[in-house]
Amino acid sequence: MKISSIGADVLRIFAPQMERTSKREKVWIAFLLVVMAIAAYALYLQITIGHSVTGMRDNVVWGIFIANFIFLIGLSYAGAFIGGFLQLSRVQWGKPLIRMTQLMTLVSIIVGPLFILLCVGRFDRLHYLFIYPRLQSPLIWDVLAVITFLVGSLLFLYLGLIQDFAVYRDANLKFPKWQQKLYRWLAINYTGAASQIKRLNTSQTLLAIILIPLSIIVASILSWIFGMTLRPGWHSTIFGPYFVLGAIYSGCGVLIVIMWYCRKLYKLEAYITQKHFTYLAYMLIVLGAGYGYFTFSEYFTSWYGSEKWDNELIHKLFSASEYGWWTLFANVAGVVLPITVAAIPRLRKPGYLALASGIMVVAMWVKRYLIVVPTLETPLLPVQDIRPEYVKYSITWVEWAMSFGGVALFLLLLTLAANFVTLIPVSGVAESVQAGTQNTQKQS
Amino acid sequence: MRHIEEEEANPRRDFLITSALGVAAAACGSAVCSCKSKSPSEGEKVQLLSPDGELVEIDSSELRYAHKSIVSAEEARIGIPGRKFVMVIDLARCNNARKCVTACQKMHHLPEEKEWLQVKLMKDSPEAAPYWFPKTCFHCDNPPCVKVCPVDATFKRQDGLVLIDNERCIGCKFCMAACPYSTRVFNWAEPDLPEEISCMEFSPETSVPSKVGTVEKCDFCPDMARIGQLPDCVTACPNGVFYFGDQNEDVVTNGDETIRFSEVIKDRGGYRFAEELGTEPRVWYLPPRDRIFPVERGLEDLPDNIKDRFKDIME
Repeated sequence: MKISSIGADVLRIFAPQMERTSKREKVWIAFLLVVMAIAAYALYLQITIGHSVTGMRDNVVWGIFIANFIFLIGLSYAGAFIGGFLQLSRVQWGKPLIRMTQLMTLVSIIVGPLFILLCVGRFDRLHYLFIYPRLQSPLIWDVLAVITFLVGSLLFLYLGLIQDFAVYRDANLKFPKWQQKLYRWLAINYTGAASQIKRLNTSQTLLAIILIPLSIIVASILSWIFGMTLRPGWHSTIFGPYFVLGAIYSGCGVLIVIMWYCRKLYKLEAYITQKHFTYLAYMLIVLGAGYGYFTFSEYFTSWYGSEKWDNELIHKLFSASEYGWWTLFANVAGVVLPITVAAIPRLRKPGYLALASGIMVVAMWVKRYLIVVPTLETPLLPVQDIRPEYVKYSITWVEWAMSFGGVALFLLLLTLAANFVTLIPVSGVAESVQAGTQNTQKQS
Repeated sequence: MRHIEEEEANPRRDFLITSALGVAAAACGSAVCSCKSKSPSEGEKVQLLSPDGELVEIDSSELRYAHKSIVSAEEARIGIPGRKFVMVIDLARCNNARKCVTACQKMHHLPEEKEWLQVKLMKDSPEAAPYWFPKTCFHCDNPPCVKVCPVDATFKRQDGLVLIDNERCIGCKFCMAACPYSTRVFNWAEPDLPEEISCMEFSPETSVPSKVGTVEKCDFCPDMARIGQLPDCVTACPNGVFYFGDQNEDVVTNGDETIRFSEVIKDRGGYRFAEELGTEPRVWYLPPRDRIFPVERGLEDLPDNIKDRFKDIME
């Protein structure tokens, strides 16, 4: 496989860590494994003792796990949407970002569903979902959606990697033997022949065409787990588009953070430029404004209509003694802050954008929590239970441990991926970077 | 043996037999004995003290428990042919005696803190008078819980009942999120049951025994209906609050009094709770008009932990 000089440069940047895991990285991986081990212990407790070790009880039947689930699955849908868009539009500047979005998509669709499994009381009966499925249930829709998406995002990532695998195979680098073999096997005899290129392009385009609408469908299905119930704050016609937008928006934020971090770590300034951050900042403004608009119209209509049950929830969300401060944080840090940073040219720099996006991501997680928990704490009939844990949900250490375990798994998978493939595609990147530098020259 | 058969209907005898078994099970120690080794094989004789002080020997297969399934799991999913069960709850008669709650708990082997049937104190608006509100499962004709179940563990039967098969339930709790009436409860930990109960064969008609990681709720005691008896809450109520019956026959009874369902709904202004949700409950309420008891009566003789539940409303 011949590659351009720029492709060779990219490979040179990533080759050392693909050849050998550095000491620093080993420590990092060990740390992640420790976090995951604590999570495994928490899981052991949850399985042997029961879900009584969590903060979930008969009123608040779902808690932080479902918030994590929505967040991570949303991330995946966002990754596919953005990646699919970059693939289809064939914008040259998008090429260096595609791999990262694809990795984000795959890793979050692996980790996310683990959290809904943690809400299931009987692990031993999970196969019933396939033996006795009822298509009427939004949960079965979601099972189908997640599995479809897992396969789709794996394929999307792999198709984008075939050319690269062929490059790694022929690059004559000092890979361990098994790794070299694996590259050879994964490259499926790709040689760069014209027919191969054509077939690869067609499949990638087709997959992108499938993935974009699919990500909208599956994000809507996710929202319908809530939207189909008769509860205030959930039973809403805008929930589908609300979740779609929320997913892509927070995904955009995570992508900015990943870009900023990788750029810093691997010194990728030549490949991930200010231009990329600028374009993503524009996206952030549009999506954030849309999300803020949806949130506003959701709260405004239920407050103005002021049905008794809706009102109770709105009161909880906005009173300072309950969730008021969290609501304020979720909307200021989640919508106002990133839009402001992205809108002001002087602040529209990688560092500020990454910081604002990082805070926004946390705020968007809080927002998911505010969607799940306060609604469940507001049943139609008065609770009239004096056991405090049945009235109000509070997160236990077991739930925190498993949540951080999930984050650790997310980071571990990304780290392992970065040790196995180049985070920027080696092939196909050449033209885009050249085009990029020309543009910057023109601008200056 | 004839002696036994004659007295089979004697509830006190059943009670004695059950307690005797309970003692035997406790002696065995749950950690040592598995369900298999404990299940009484046919032909095994058990010695018991009869109510009139006689020591009798009976076949262990004759032993009866409060709730025992009579039908197969498949039949339990279909329902009792020709029936359309309905309940009428007379709010004018309830004084929160809580006998329904404890009877239900006893008959279904539930711990004290788990209430399939709850008595709430309701106050619909600041000016409205508070009233006691016993709440069973409403066995909705358009049940939101059944719609969302991913594995057909909860289902609607021909006779109108919504039941749960806890051998099928995966414990996703989606039904609990979907039910607007907070009817369903979850087994957050391994239920603390004597072995002869935990080893019983489960039936959706008895909802016994509870199983960890699964959902359960009020079932209207269809196993009792099969042998022509009323649900436990109906018979336990000292004030005749609950009327249970068949809408096809247009008859409901609280044990003492048998009335026409359509007439009582018409004459007493019967209504269904939160009709606007469109769930079509099978439980009807008669408004608390011309009450038999003042509402405060319901707070008398209550243990503090239960009295505290109603603090907000009574203040």
